[in-house]
Amino acid sequence: MCLSIPGQIIKIEGNMAEVSVNGTLVKAGLHLLDNPSPGDYVLIHSGIAIQKIDEEEAKETLRILNSLGDSPSLFL
Amino acid sequence: MKYVDEFRNQKLSRLLSEQIHAIVKKEIRLMEVCGGHTLSIHRFGIPELLPPSVHLLSGPGCPVCVSDIRFIDHAIALARLDNVIITTFGDLIRVPGSTSSLEKEKSSGADVRVIYSSLDAIEIANQNPGKKVVFLGIGFETTAPSTAVAVMTAAQEHLTNYFVLSAHKVMPPVMEALIDEGILIDGYIAPGHVSTITGSAMYRFIPEKYKLAVVISGFEPLDLMQSIYMLVRQIEEGRPAVEIQYRRAVRPEGNPKAKTLMNEIFELRDDWWRGFGIIPASGLALRKKYRQYDASVMLPVSVEPPIEPKGCLCGLVLKGLKKPVECKLYKTACTPDHPVGACMVSGEGACATYYRYGKE
Amino acid sequence: MEKNKTILLGHGSGGRMSHELTEQLFLKYFGRPDDGFLTDAALLEPEGNLLAFTTDSFVVDPVFFPGGDIGKLAVCGTVNDLCVAGASPAYLTAGFIIEEGFPLSQLETIVKSMALCASEAGVKIIAGDTKVVHKHKCDKIFINTSGIGILERRYAHLSKGTHITPGDKIIINGFLADHGLTVMTAREALSIRYNGTSDCAPLNHLIRCAMDAGDIHFMRDATRGGLAAIVTELVDRKTFGIELHENKIPLRENTKGLCEMLGFDPLQIANEGKVMMVVASSDAEKIVAAMQKHPYGKDSCIIGEITDQHPGTAVLNTIIGGKRIIDMPAGELLPRIC
Repeated sequence: MCLSIPGQIIKIEGNMAEVSVNGTLVKAGLHLLDNPSPGDYVLIHSGIAIQKIDEEEAKETLRILNSLGDSPSLFL
Repeated sequence: MKYVDEFRNQKLSRLLSEQIHAIVKKEIRLMEVCGGHTLSIHRFGIPELLPPSVHLLSGPGCPVCVSDIRFIDHAIALARLDNVIITTFGDLIRVPGSTSSLEKEKSSGADVRVIYSSLDAIEIANQNPGKKVVFLGIGFETTAPSTAVAVMTAAQEHLTNYFVLSAHKVMPPVMEALIDEGILIDGYIAPGHVSTITGSAMYRFIPEKYKLAVVISGFEPLDLMQSIYMLVRQIEEGRPAVEIQYRRAVRPEGNPKAKTLMNEIFELRDDWWRGFGIIPASGLALRKKYRQYDASVMLPVSVEPPIEPKGCLCGLVLKGLKKPVECKLYKTACTPDHPVGACMVSGEGACATYYRYGKE
Repeated sequence: MEKNKTILLGHGSGGRMSHELTEQLFLKYFGRPDDGFLTDAALLEPEGNLLAFTTDSFVVDPVFFPGGDIGKLAVCGTVNDLCVAGASPAYLTAGFIIEEGFPLSQLETIVKSMALCASEAGVKIIAGDTKVVHKHKCDKIFINTSGIGILERRYAHLSKGTHITPGDKIIINGFLADHGLTVMTAREALSIRYNGTSDCAPLNHLIRCAMDAGDIHFMRDATRGGLAAIVTELVDRKTFGIELHENKIPLRENTKGLCEMLGFDPLQIANEGKVMMVVASSDAEKIVAAMQKHPYGKDSCIIGEITDQHPGTAVLNTIIGGKRIIDMPAGELLPRIC
């Protein structure tokens, strides 16, 4: 089964987009997204973009993970 | 790779490992029900980073593995018809049916093509007006919307030679069936990409009715480690809930557009799951409105009676009751080169994953 | 040769048409024997030493792909099998099985490509055969090449790996998986553009540089089954193990993206211009430096080592600090990629 991997929208033509997954270009359908734009990062599964990646949430997750190291109980 | 590399950071994964070690007191059993999670966990060597009291079980997360042998037999019967092109994701090609496989049919001359996008089947139908193109629709709520997009496109383009044979299934009923059957778990690592579509509300019954923890997890090592950390905290603190770890892709409401389209094209039906038998309202069938795209309606064939492989423990492995090594056929009669059961041939199957990553 | 001509059954039947094809195409590009005699068997005089002898058949689909074609593959594949044994490739044969109707112009492109590659590698194609079969009895064109190389006795241990010791370093000469993914996407994927190039190349000069720079204990080219196939075969039933470091293995960004998308393990994907070497630890840096000076080795690096831990097993240290076992690829991941 094709897994889902984040890619960046390069070009949009109607309902279809050219998405770059690290330089490999994939055609993906945008039928399930609201207002996609070039530059957006999206999750592609079976040739369809199923969701946009939320940049702020990604940063927040990393911030939480990085702050785990500030806990005194971790100093061994 | 953006949104990938940052979530594979070694320092942070070690931090999370230390945190989990610091807070765990009980024996904890966590089950994942997503083939992608099965793969990631073993590919990155996550069990080695966890305390021995945290046990990870693999459940029915591989849609190929849980599908009835009759689905493959049906696909094979269709492949043998004249002027039919079978389009499928690669995983299905080598899955053993009762007496054959799609790969074997292909080498006997059937037109079976591996595709990567559900829309590829539409393109093939357009390029081959004289042939009937059948798409084998397998997968959970992550994949069903893609099939729905293809059916909608076929309707818009007034295609008369595109059909779907659906084996799509939904997750919550089997997650409940596992608990009802008495499988001993303390929480679920809930499927990340299924939840991207469905949102988180559908898991609420798990903490509310059964007091089990649920965390919706991404697929990178840090996602899984953080999810396990969040689950252990819920369990140790006695506050089972549904939490979203995979916030960058999962919103509580999911993808409403995808859900609406799925609802337009599909309806729920009772479905047969390997290891469980029939689970009510757990499968997706094309609605009557779209019956002209339903291969099971439009292309009648007689399907041979199913013959289940002897000695195959896939059913028990899928419920997390047995590990692959406990099956007598594992690594002996059943290997990736000559698989007996679906769990070995599917790229996401527990047996295939164990074999590939050399686990005992 | 006229562009619209095709291969006919007569071209394989040994008569006048076969003769014309040999004279006007194969000899034109592969060269005539020095003494002018066209005999059924080529007569060779190797000077002392051992002979390395190998054969390989090529059925790649599609026949032409970014970075090469079936002809270039046919020469490189056999040249590389010889030079990873430590031999200097000298002579090749080329047998063709061609489908009736195959365009002559495409055959000429393939033959030219073989001649160019043979010239680069410094080998001579000295014997051959052509058969033509009815339409649909083979897929366009299949090529077999057999090759002979001269092997100095002191290098006879190289292909057997009898000098391998724990502590030895493992070197690769560049990016993995380019060939397999390029051919696969050129052939099949309707909706994926990999934008890659096959790494198909003759490695004998690169390997000679490496052999002159330091003490090599083992070499193998990473073709079908990829790097995973080599390391698992190498440790099988041995008293040593192998450890590779995921963060050191060179992979292009688009390779990583495509593999993640399709669930492929890049270690299991075919290459046609990659050699894995096991070298004495004290010489590793010197050998890498020498290889980096060569165009086919500019991305050479150390990716792991031979260890006395976990004998018989090859282990990958993952990027997050976990470990997993590297296993032999099962079944045919990507059919007909070489």
